[in-house]
Amino acid sequence: MRAAIRLAAWVYAIAIYGFIFLPVIVLVLFSLQATSFPIPPFTGPSLRWYQAVLSDARLTSALLNSLLVAVLSSLASVTLGFLSAWGFARFVLPGSAILRGLITLPLTVSYLIIGMGLLVLFNWAGVPKSLLAAGIGHVVINLPLCFAIIYSQMGDHQINIERAARDLGAAEWKVLLMITVPVMAPAIFAGFFLSMTFSWDEFVISFLLTRFETTLPVEIWNLLRSGLNPKTNAVGSLVFAVSIVLVVLFELTLLRRKPA
Amino acid sequence: MSAPLVDIRNVSHRFGQLPVLKNVSLAIEPGSYTILLGPSGSGKTTLLSILGGFVTPSEGKVFIRGVDCTAVPPAKRPTTTVFQDYALFPHMSVGGNVGFGLRMQGVDGATRAAKAREALALVGLAAAFDKKPHQLSGGQRQRVALARALVIEPAVLLLDEPLGALDLKLRRQMQDELKAIQKRVGTAFIHVTHDQEEAMALADHCVVMNDGRIEDEGSPERVYARPATRFSATFMGESTILAGSVTEARNGIVTASTAVGPISLPGASHAGAKVTLAIRPEHLVLGEAKGDVALGMAKIGDVVFQGSFKRVLAISTQDTALQFIAKAPASATVQAGDTIQVSCNVQDIILLAD
Repeated sequence: MRAAIRLAAWVYAIAIYGFIFLPVIVLVLFSLQATSFPIPPFTGPSLRWYQAVLSDARLTSALLNSLLVAVLSSLASVTLGFLSAWGFARFVLPGSAILRGLITLPLTVSYLIIGMGLLVLFNWAGVPKSLLAAGIGHVVINLPLCFAIIYSQMGDHQINIERAARDLGAAEWKVLLMITVPVMAPAIFAGFFLSMTFSWDEFVISFLLTRFETTLPVEIWNLLRSGLNPKTNAVGSLVFAVSIVLVVLFELTLLRRKPA
Repeated sequence: MSAPLVDIRNVSHRFGQLPVLKNVSLAIEPGSYTILLGPSGSGKTTLLSILGGFVTPSEGKVFIRGVDCTAVPPAKRPTTTVFQDYALFPHMSVGGNVGFGLRMQGVDGATRAAKAREALALVGLAAAFDKKPHQLSGGQRQRVALARALVIEPAVLLLDEPLGALDLKLRRQMQDELKAIQKRVGTAFIHVTHDQEEAMALADHCVVMNDGRIEDEGSPERVYARPATRFSATFMGESTILAGSVTEARNGIVTASTAVGPISLPGASHAGAKVTLAIRPEHLVLGEAKGDVALGMAKIGDVVFQGSFKRVLAISTQDTALQFIAKAPASATVQAGDTIQVSCNVQDIILLAD
C-alpha cells in the first residue's frame, strides 16, 4: 500500500514537471534538428539553424533592438522605482497607502489593456510607433515591479545609516548616491534583472507600439506566420536561454545571504 | 560667567497631539560629560534628537556656542551622534566609515586616512582600518561609531544609549573607556541612558528626566544623596519611601506623622503639607536599634545575597503597604521570616515635598 502511494507520488511529480517543461524541451531539442522540419524523428544534433538565425539580418537586428529596449527600459524602471520607494519609505505623504496601491496597480492590469491604452495615448499625443514607444510601455509595466521589490527591502534600520551620513555633513544627493544606493544594491539589481526578463520576452506591447524596427518576440511572431521550422525553434531557444540567465541573476542578487 | 556651550531654552515638543517635552531648559558646560537619565518615554531621546538636529522642537530654542541652531540641519551643526544601533555604513571599510565626515568636508584622501587611523588608535582599534563592519564584534562597532563621530572634532558629541546593545561585562568596560576617551579629547559628551549605574559612573552632570520634564540635575553625588523629587529618589538608586503629613513645622524642624510614628527632621515645610521621606538602602539599620530614629518592626520577606552585601526586603508590621529596602553586610545573619527592628539616622532621611 505504502509502495503504491509512493509510486503514485512519483508518477504525479513526473507528470506535472513533464507538463511544465516538455514544451521547452521539445523546442530546444528540435532547434538542433538537422533537417528542415521540427517534427520527429530527431535527426540532429546540428547547429545549422542557429547559424541561420545569426546570419539573418532581420533577426539579429531585432535581437539587438530587444536588448537595447530591455536595458534602457529596465534602467529607467529601476531608477524611477527606487526614487519612489525611497520617497514612500522616508517621507510622510498624505494618502501614502492609497498612492502606494496606485503605483503597484499596473501589475494587475493586462498587458493588452496597457498596450492599447498607450497606443491611443501616443496616437493622440503624436508619438509615432517606435522602439521608444515600446520602451515606455515596458517602463509602465516594470516600474511597479521595481518599486515593489525595492520598497519591500527598504527597512527602518537604514534610516539611521542615512541619518548618520547626514549628521557627518553629507548633502541629500550624496546620502542617496553614496549610502542608500549601495546599501540597497541587492534589491536594485534584482529589480533590474527582473525588469530585463519581462521586457526581453514581452510581446503584446511591443507588437502594438512598434512598426518598422521591432523587438525579437515580434520578429519571431512574423517568422511564425510562414509556418514552423527549426529556425523558429533556434531563435526561441536563444530567447529562452537569455531569460534563464536573467532569472538566475535575479535570484542570485535578491536571495544571496547578506553578510550580518 | 561664561556662556554655556549648549543652551536649551524653554524647549517643548509634541508628536502630533502627544507632548513629549514640556518646557525644558538646560545648559551644558564645555568639556563636561552630561547624562540624560530617565525611563523610556521620558523624552530624553527626543531631547537628544533636537540637539542633533533630527527633530525641530515645537517651541523653544537651542543655542550651540551662542549660535541659534534650533532649525539648523544635522549636516550643518557642530554636533555628531553615536547611534544606538551604531549605524555604520555596511558597504564601506572601517577606515572609510571613520573618514566619511572628513570626505564630506573635502579633505584629501591621504590626510583623511591619517586622521582616521589616529581616531581609530584613540579608541583602541588601530588594526581594524581595512576591515568591514560585519567582521567586527558589537563592542568594536561601537568604537568605530565613536571614532567616526569624533574625527570631525564636533563641539558636542551626542550618544544615544550607546551601551544598550552590549552585554553587562562589556558595558562596564566600555563605560570606563568612554570616560577615559572623553577626558582625553575634552569634547562635551551628552549621553542618553536609562541605566542609573551608568549615569553615576560617567556623569559630571546628571539630568534626571521623567514625563517630558527635568526632575533633577546636578552632580551624580548630589542627585543621589539629596534627590530633589520622589521620582529621582526612586529612579536614581533605590529608596524606602515613607509617606507622611506635616503636623508641625517650626525653627527649621519639621515633624511628620507617618505609618511608623512621628518623625522629626530638619527642613522647611508647613503644617498639613503632604511630604515623602526617602531613605537609601545603605542607611537603614536592621536589628537592635542603633539609629536615632526608630522605624518600628518589620518582617523580612526576602534576602538576596549579592556578593559584597545582602539586599533585604522587609514589610513593616505597622503598615503592610510600607516596604523597607535595606542593604545588610554580607556577614549579616538575617533570614526570611525574621521580625526585626528597623531604624536610621535623622541626617540620612531625605525630605521630599509632594
